[in-house]
Amino acid sequence: MNNYTLTRNPAGRLVCTLACGTSDTVVPVRAFPIAAPDEGVSLTGSDGHELVWIERLASLPEDQRTLIEQELAQREFTPDIRCIKSVSSYATPSVWQVATDRGDTELLLKAEDHIRRLPGGALLISDGHGLTFLLRDPAHLDAHSRKLLDRFL
Amino acid sequence: MSHPGSDRCQEIAGKPVGDCAHQSNLFRLISVSGNTVCAVQCSNIAAHPILISRIVTTPATTSLPDLWRNVVPSRLARDETLLAWLETDLDARLHFSRGLLLITDRRLLNLASPDAAGDTYDYRAGLVIGKNDHGGIGRVELFDGSARLACWHYTLAHDIQASRFVKQFEQRLTEFLAGAPATRIAPDCCPDCLTPYPDDRQECPHCNTTINAPPSTWTLLRLWRFAQPYRWQLLSGFLLMLGSTAATLVPPYLTIPLMDKVLVPYQNGKPIDFGLVAWLLAGLLGSALLAWVLGWAKTYILALVSERIGADLRTITYEHLLRLSLEYFGGKRTGDLMSRIGSESDRICVFLSLHLLDFATDVLMILMTTVILFSINPWLALATLLPLPIIAWMIHNVRDRLRTGFEKIDRVWSEVSNVLADTIPGIRVVKAFAQEQREAERFRVANRHNLQVNDRINKIWSLFTPTVSLLTEIGLLVVWAFGIWLVSHNDITVGVLLAFLAYISRFYARLDSMSRIVSVTQKSAAAAKRIFDILDHVSSVPEPANPVHLDKISGRLEMRDAGFRYGNRAVIKGLNLTIEPGEMIGLVGHSGSGKSTLVNLLCRFYDVSEGAISVDGVNIRSLPVAEYRRNIGLVLQEPFLFFGSIAENIAYGKPDATRAEIIAAARAAHAHEFILRLPQGYDSLVGERGQGLSGGERQRISIARALLIDPRILILDEATASVDTETEKEIQKALDNLVQGRTTIAIAHRLSTLHKASRLVVMDKGEVVEIGSHDELMESGGAYYRLYQAQARNVDTDLNDLPPAATVDAKVTT
Repeated sequence: MNNYTLTRNPAGRLVCTLACGTSDTVVPVRAFPIAAPDEGVSLTGSDGHELVWIERLASLPEDQRTLIEQELAQREFTPDIRCIKSVSSYATPSVWQVATDRGDTELLLKAEDHIRRLPGGALLISDGHGLTFLLRDPAHLDAHSRKLLDRFL
Repeated sequence: MSHPGSDRCQEIAGKPVGDCAHQSNLFRLISVSGNTVCAVQCSNIAAHPILISRIVTTPATTSLPDLWRNVVPSRLARDETLLAWLETDLDARLHFSRGLLLITDRRLLNLASPDAAGDTYDYRAGLVIGKNDHGGIGRVELFDGSARLACWHYTLAHDIQASRFVKQFEQRLTEFLAGAPATRIAPDCCPDCLTPYPDDRQECPHCNTTINAPPSTWTLLRLWRFAQPYRWQLLSGFLLMLGSTAATLVPPYLTIPLMDKVLVPYQNGKPIDFGLVAWLLAGLLGSALLAWVLGWAKTYILALVSERIGADLRTITYEHLLRLSLEYFGGKRTGDLMSRIGSESDRICVFLSLHLLDFATDVLMILMTTVILFSINPWLALATLLPLPIIAWMIHNVRDRLRTGFEKIDRVWSEVSNVLADTIPGIRVVKAFAQEQREAERFRVANRHNLQVNDRINKIWSLFTPTVSLLTEIGLLVVWAFGIWLVSHNDITVGVLLAFLAYISRFYARLDSMSRIVSVTQKSAAAAKRIFDILDHVSSVPEPANPVHLDKISGRLEMRDAGFRYGNRAVIKGLNLTIEPGEMIGLVGHSGSGKSTLVNLLCRFYDVSEGAISVDGVNIRSLPVAEYRRNIGLVLQEPFLFFGSIAENIAYGKPDATRAEIIAAARAAHAHEFILRLPQGYDSLVGERGQGLSGGERQRISIARALLIDPRILILDEATASVDTETEKEIQKALDNLVQGRTTIAIAHRLSTLHKASRLVVMDKGEVVEIGSHDELMESGGAYYRLYQAQARNVDTDLNDLPPAATVDAKVTT
């Protein structure tokens, strides 16, 4: 069914070999990382051109899907904020102590407009160092976190 | 040459002292401690990165974070030296967790946690280290040949340290394989601004301090610098304020005799003493008039002063802003800078003239009233003032809630206006796709959100004023009750009670406005901070301390090992190029290959991070910036015309040019004829609101502008890129006039426009890959040949549309 094969080379990179024999290291990229993470994954080659387009990850054979998901897990980093412990000030720039699904950390909010509202109520918060944090459901945070967050919305 | 070890410094710096233009304060001793060799630095840091990059610094252990300081020594062998370290903040599953990478004289060591045993990678041939980042996480990978040994993750906050770490590893590995002893190569200085790190810190004090600090109210004190010239006016304003406040306090005092000596005796059957009444009424009128005059003088003088302080603040900030380098403007949004200079300075001004003044008056009034009340009757005074702090606290609380609410409204409001700002400029698209309905819906949603927030705040807000009056009434009630009790015991007279009531109702009324001061002060402090952000920024293109003046330059340009980093990305690397006077050079390459950066370096919009650029053998850093730029004529792809007449625009670089000169320049630029066709000729208005000129016409005006200043060095940055072929020919003719006898550097996408160039310089990834004439380069069949072939196939091909293999780098670097 597939006209390509995926392997991992010793250097830890994914290698895609097409039916025509060309092979290249590839990087899986989600087309809609937030809106529809499981639909539309592109395998792009080292020169930035797309080699393979995967309509949905679920349709792939088990081994290939694992390879891609492993690789994606290594590249994707959007910690999900579970709780806001404290904020350094209500005026930006402000440093927040947060608990995320990836452990506790601090984030630097440079300006209020770095908090982006997503359709459906989720919030996307860009950190001053280029990280992106997700707040999936602000309405279900604990009262303390919600009170802190409310000052910035 | 001021410190005792300067010979040694020269040796370290490895650079002849004569090259430095800042000889008066050439070297400065930074630190001497332990096994530290003297660290030296030219006082002009930006100008001498080379000196600093060879600095020998303190051992790496002293600067380790606290978490690791005690752990690390136990993990190293006795004779092992620690050379460098990198703290990672993500583990292999990308969870936040602190780890440490160490470079010693013999191996690379990774500690996943303070208790972990650590993975060791001994130096050996074939080890390769690499670093990349994606989506906010960086990775350092270690390879043995082609196999990956390990991979460590960190957030980009550590990226600069990681780049340095990788470099340090590579250097140590090379040394180790060559059998050399470990030297401390680590330049412990910020790769961005090249300021040496202070001991024990791995953060640049220069770049990092401003990021995290929220605005502090103390910033407002810095405004004193601007207030100082007006200190005498301020003092007289303050004295007037004292006088006028005192005058307003006289009338209640006069009610005491009015009550006790006139009205109460009258009720008890005594006739009214009209003489006394006249005196008292005259006193009331007199004090009112005095308060009026003094109040007017006070407000006038202080408003005058604060307006002047605001104006000074604006002018000085703008002047400072103009002197900053392009780098600063690159990182800032125009609207943001405009609002800082415009509305924020105004906000400070209003704060000084209105809020601060009112507040000071109120405080004075309360103090004076307290003194008066206590002098009349201490017990009643105590009863009167006791509820005051409680009421003040309650008002402050409600205010606080309101303030957060109002801030929220501000933000929601900007959301609403963002919808407008999105839609109105794009109205053609909206109409073309018939999406008016959708945009209206979007606006309605934003508006509904606005409404919700407003509804919530209105609940508190509508409660506010009634609450204040209720509290005031309660306060008065206390005074009444206690007062009547005292009167019944004959401790005070009715007059005293009335005077108390008059005084107290005055300052209850002021409590509300006083409570406002907190939020207003915070807002102005934030505004002041944003203005001082600009004022505190030091231009990254500094004026030389001892400038060299060149009368007339010939135009010989020389770049020696020039390198430039933008952030931590090298845009230009080791560039060597000499351009003879009068020579025309064509710069060719993909977008992102560093052509425009090179031009920016030549104009000294930025300073090189490494190496030097010299004109006529003099480093351009030792020439005064404005004097040097006067020798450069710049024609950009998008010519910018200022609002004003065409003549003014042509004479922009030489405001005192005669009309004849302007016309001569316009003729040479082939602009004369089309200018005459305009209704008002050279007096036609152009710029934002002016006549629409076509791209080619605007370009020719900008060429005339460059011609008029008769520069020795001419830079054409894609001067013909945005016009059609026909217009291009016109412009080309104008350019041919311009180029004659000048050192010219031309950037062009269309290779055909460079036919006059005596040499072509082909750039790729910030490096010069080929130099030669068109024919030579065609013959050698290199990068230029491929570019030329690609364009020959399709005349309008942009370089970016070349076959994939050739364009990858361009995409990566742009």
